[in-house]
Parts: sequence; C-alpha cells; structure tokens
Amino acid sequence: MALAVGCRARPGKARDNKTGSWRVFKPIFDHEKCSKCGMCQTLCPEGCIHEDTEGTFIPDYNYCKGCGICAEECPKEAITMKQEEK
Amino acid sequence: MMEITEGSHAVAEAVRLCRPQVVSAYPITPQTHIVEALADFVANGKLDAEYINVENEFSALSACVGASAAGSRTYSATTSQGLALMFEVCFNAAGMRLPIVMSIANRALGAPLSIWNDMQDSISLRDAGWLQFYAEDNQEATDLHYIAYRVSEDRKVLLPSFVCFDGFILSHTYEPVDMLTQEDVDKYLPKFNPPERLDAADPVSFGMYATPEYYLEFRYEHDKALKDAREVIAKAGKEFAALFGRDYSAMVEGYKLEDAETVIVAMGSICGTIKDSIDEMRAEGKKVGLLRIRVFRPFPSEDITKFIKSATHVKRIAVLDKNISLGAKGATAIEVKDALYGSTVPVWNYILGLGGRDVRKKDIKEIVVLAEKGQGDQFYGLRKEVL
Amino acid sequence: MAEKCKACELFDSGHRACGGCGASLAARLVTKAAGANTIVVSATGCMEVFSTPYPETAWKVPWIHSLFENASAVASGIEASLKKQGRKEKIVIMAGDGATFDIGMICISGAFERGHDFTYICYDNEAYMNTGIQRSGATPYDASTTTSPAGSKSFGNQRPKKDMPAILAAHGAPYVATASIAYPADFMQKVEKAINTPGPCYVQVHTPCCTGWGFEGEQTIAIAKLAIETGLWPNFEMVDGKVTKVKKVVRKPVTEYLKTQKRFRHLFKPKQQDAEIAAIQAIADRNAEKYGLDIKLKKE
Repeated sequence: MALAVGCRARPGKARDNKTGSWRVFKPIFDHEKCSKCGMCQTLCPEGCIHEDTEGTFIPDYNYCKGCGICAEECPKEAITMKQEEK
Repeated sequence: MMEITEGSHAVAEAVRLCRPQVVSAYPITPQTHIVEALADFVANGKLDAEYINVENEFSALSACVGASAAGSRTYSATTSQGLALMFEVCFNAAGMRLPIVMSIANRALGAPLSIWNDMQDSISLRDAGWLQFYAEDNQEATDLHYIAYRVSEDRKVLLPSFVCFDGFILSHTYEPVDMLTQEDVDKYLPKFNPPERLDAADPVSFGMYATPEYYLEFRYEHDKALKDAREVIAKAGKEFAALFGRDYSAMVEGYKLEDAETVIVAMGSICGTIKDSIDEMRAEGKKVGLLRIRVFRPFPSEDITKFIKSATHVKRIAVLDKNISLGAKGATAIEVKDALYGSTVPVWNYILGLGGRDVRKKDIKEIVVLAEKGQGDQFYGLRKEVL
Repeated sequence: MAEKCKACELFDSGHRACGGCGASLAARLVTKAAGANTIVVSATGCMEVFSTPYPETAWKVPWIHSLFENASAVASGIEASLKKQGRKEKIVIMAGDGATFDIGMICISGAFERGHDFTYICYDNEAYMNTGIQRSGATPYDASTTTSPAGSKSFGNQRPKKDMPAILAAHGAPYVATASIAYPADFMQKVEKAINTPGPCYVQVHTPCCTGWGFEGEQTIAIAKLAIETGLWPNFEMVDGKVTKVKKVVRKPVTEYLKTQKRFRHLFKPKQQDAEIAAIQAIADRNAEKYGLDIKLKKE
C-alpha cells in the first residue's frame, strides 16, 4: 500500500502508542478525598485524565506516563504515587 | 495574440493568466521585472492575488509552502543567490509534495559575484526533487508556465516546478510572443484542487517526520512521482498543442538529427545560436545536429537514448554545459553519459558561457571542430593567461 | 471562552514527550484555548518531534511543520491563502525558544513587520532540548548546558536572556504577553486574547523541561511557579507596546528557584558562589523594578 503523499496523516494514530508502558509510578486516585477541582485534569501533560458523568476524575492508564504532576499539584492530596507492579 | 514584449513581462503575463492566488517573492537581478510586473497587476486589479513582500527568498518560498498547503495556487520567482538561500525550503516543498511553480531567471552563483547568466543556480538544485523546465526563447518561457502548473498539480505528480530561462539573454530581451487569452488558459488549466489542504473541517498533519522505517519509502515515492511526470508532461504537452498549436509534449527536441554525425546537446537560449550555426555548418557540408533538453528533471534518459543510441550515423556527441559540478564535469554531460552507457560514441563535454560570457556562432563551430578532433572535457573560451 | 473548550482535547494522548514535559502541557492548553477552528504551524523542535512521527500525529487540528526557522513565513503564506479563500480559521504558531530567539529571528521580524494576523506562541524551555540541551538566546545567566557547561573556568551561560517580548513590541505587535504553565487559566486567557486580537501577537510561555534542567517530572509546575515567585520570570501583558498587566508576587530569594535544578547546581556545590547568585538576584530585582512585580505592603 502506498504511503500518504508527502508524509501526512489524519488524527487518531498517536493513540496507537500506549505510553502507559513507560510508567514506573502509578497515580492512585482517592475519590473520597477529591474535591473535584479538576486541577489534575488541567495540568496533565498527557491529557489522559477524564471526567466521568458524575464529575469524578479517572486517569487512563493506557497513556499515563506516571510523571506525578497530578499527585504533586492536587490541593487535597487525593492522589498518591505507587510503585508500578509489572 | 502576437506581442513584442520583454521576456520578464511575457512571463509575468503568463503567470497572471494562471491565476495564482498567492504570490510571494523577493527582488533579485535579473528576476525583478517579473515580480514588479506582478505587483503592478495586483495593484491595478488585473490579478486577484495576495502579494506578500517577504524579507528574503528563504521566506518567499516558505510562504509559498504555507499558502500551497492551505489550498492556494502559489507562485514565486528568483535566481542565483536567492535560489541558493532557498535551498533548504526547496527540498522541503518538494518532499511535502506541494505543487508550487517558480520562475528561475538563470544566473551565475558567487563567488566571484556575477549578475550575469549561466545555469549553475537551478542545476545546483537538481537533487531537490522539483521538475525543471528550460526554455529556449520567450515564447517557450511563457508557455512552459502553463504546462508547469498543469503538470505540477496533476495528482499523479504533486511536485513543484522550476521554469528556467536565461537571465538577461531572455528575461531582458524583447521578442515577439504569442500571448494566450484568459479564456484560453482557463480552458487549459483547471482550478487548483489539491487532494488535501490545511482545513479545520478535515484536519490533516502536514510535514510529519519519518523514522528509518518510513523515510526510504517516502523518497522512493517522491522519485517515482517525478519519473511518472514524464507521461503527464507528454499528455499536457499534447493537449496544449491541440489547443494552441505549439507542441511541448517531448522532453527533448531534435534539430537536424536525422543524419547528424556530430550531435550537440544543450539547454536554454544558447540553442538558438546553435541552430543558426548548424544551418551554416550544414551549408558547408558538415552533418551537425542538436538535441535540446527541455526538461532536465525528470531527466529524459530514454528520449536521449532513443535519438542517439540506435543511430549508426552519430560519430560524436558534444555536450555544452553552462554549469559545472566542480571537480567533475558539467551536469548535463554526466547525465547524458549515464543515459548512453554502453554506447561506443564518444561524449565530449564543454563548459562555456559561465557568468555571462557570450557564446557566438563561431564558438559553436570551433567546438564542433574540437569534437571532431577528439578534444573535449574542457572549459571552452578561456582567456589565454590562465592556460 | 476558555470554558467552552475545557473538555475538548485537541492534543492527543500517545505523544512521545518525556513524563512531566512542560511543553506538551503547553500544547494541550494552547489547543484548548484556541479551539478546533485553528491551524497550528510548528517549528522543528522537541514538540514537533514528540507529536508527529509518521503516521502518529497527536494534533487533532490541522497542523503543518516545514522547517526550523520558517514557521512565521509559512504562517504568513497560510494567512494570505485563507484571506484569498475567505476562510476564517485562526493561525497559531508553536515554536521553541531556539526557533524563536535564534534561528527564526529573520522570518519572525519580517512577518511581524508585515502585520499578518496570527498568534505566535514561543514555548520557552530555555535551551535546545531536542538536540540535547545546548544553550540558546533564551538560556538564563549561569545555566549550565552542554554548550555552555559549568567548569573550572566557567559558571555556565554567560549572557542574560534575550528580551524577545520587547523586540516584538518594538515591531508594533498589538499584543505581547508572557505566561507560565503554572497558571493555566491565565495562560489560556492570554492565548485567547492574542488569537482574538487582529495582527501578529506573541505569547511567550515558560515551560520547564525536567530532562534539560535536571529535576523530577512531578516538579514541573512547582518550578514554573517558583520562577514567577522569585521574579526571574515576569508574567505580564503588553498592549500596543505598553505593559498593561503584571502578576505581582511577594518575592522569594532566587536561590529557592535555582536550588531545584541541576543546571544551577554548580552555584551551590562544591561551594556556594555568592557573587554569581547575587548577579542572578540582581536580574530578578531589575525585573521587579521594570515591571513592578513586588506586592507593596500597605504599611508603607
């Protein structure tokens, strides 16, 4: 099959790259402590923290690299980083 | 309609008729009259285009990259140092498969500084992946712009084109030129409609990078598109001939080759002089012919082979180059030799006319004598003190 | 307006930036603020590379990369083309500090002088990160990089940061701002303002680089915040060349910022270089003076 002329692509394919495999530490979200401020979502460089219909923030571990910004910046300390078990 | 006009103005008029939507250029001798004329067209409503007065040639072509990707027919013109400054963008525009058309008023490259004609500028970019057309006279210089847009924008090709014509010798010379009308050109050249463009309604990423798993294939496809352009040129040339009578379907043109013992190979305006001298030499009984290369990229190897390899009457070939790959030979000679690999006909190379040195009929005749004597692969017409 | 796109993600997961990358967060925030009706022009650099290995583009808006130094010329052409086609997409350039402060200067100057309608975002991580942390015109005084290494005869980069906002304001840019990923709402507001201001606008956003500066990825936001709190990164807006808004702070000593990063480690180990630290403190003091960064206590 020929490649896209001029090395172009339509959106979507980045998601084939599951960057969750890079992770060493995993953010564990304590939904009890969470004030739903959304700071974790705003500051996530991966854009992989999603808000469900109840307003709860859920990380997508397929892409979470475990950088820990969410845990560091959470004002309620509701996120803790745990060593990944492989 | 026949008009007696300066080469640059004829080219500007042809460009206007192609309806470019974005023109981006920077002035440089001897290209200036083209971009001045286009600016004047825009200022007076004769050309409905955005004219970007960029700060240098590098940006001129970069702006064309953006405009072309966004879906506009684009045009630029330059020469010499300006083209050298565009080097990086030239490879980029071609690799991104953007069908920009750019006129090159061929001029020497410094140092030493020279504003006069040779073909070192565009020839130095032969590996950039653009089509390269070379005109013999101003009629051809104008017509090749219609052809270039048509071929570049063809979906089998999608590559940019240089339309090259000799600086000063053609750009500043008044000649009669048959100008097409807007109606003519609209009939021949459809509206620009690229397969993809930068568009929020259908987002596409342009200019991604290729890892070693893909880069080789992109280069293969680029090379293939350039080679496939041969057929597209033939078709576009035939259609042009059917509409307007002038035939540019062949990538090379033969002049009195049928029985030629000495075949001169050359490009550009020098070919007019060569044809005149051939007529005079034939009157003296010398069987000389010309093979003029009109399209240098893609290189017309097969056409050259067809003309020469099977012809038993050809005893020698003299390739005239207004350029030199320093430390090797003229670019045309190298490629002609490659095309004729396996043939026993000697191919002699003559480097001449660099930096605007005039080439006259007597020079062509002298070169034929040198070739007959088996003397070649040399600079022709050097001042005595360097010998 | 930022609200309307709060939920939309136009910069996809799966990109290859380092964990904790400030620039990738900037890409997310810019696309959120700009919205889907935007064409992004990238210069060569970290962001271009981590977001677009063929065919895995992370950009869900139309995106183009041509070369390192020509993003503003490419954007000029796009703007001209859109104008001719009667199209209304907004054009946003995303370029690093190397592409902006150094190699792209001619193209930037030309495009800003011509007055094209686009927004130029410089994500400033203060060195050439893509090629392995070499100094640029944006590298701060005394930062150690691979081409301005600290050594027995050097304290690292010997020049202060180039004042790009002033240069572009001098070009007549109607809107120039600095921002920080530590203040995402402020940053997004500035991006929106720039996009909605006709003409060439410039936003320079501070994006700490954990790999290049030497700190753990989770500290990215904290360090960006410290840059502002110490006065080393003044956060301000300029409208028609005049500073109109400044983020005021109760300033902390610069050592609180410098100590967090390996690029300044030589200022503290093997022994503290008080004269050098004083010189950096003087830079912060000048910023405070120039932009009025200090919160004045009422007692005065």
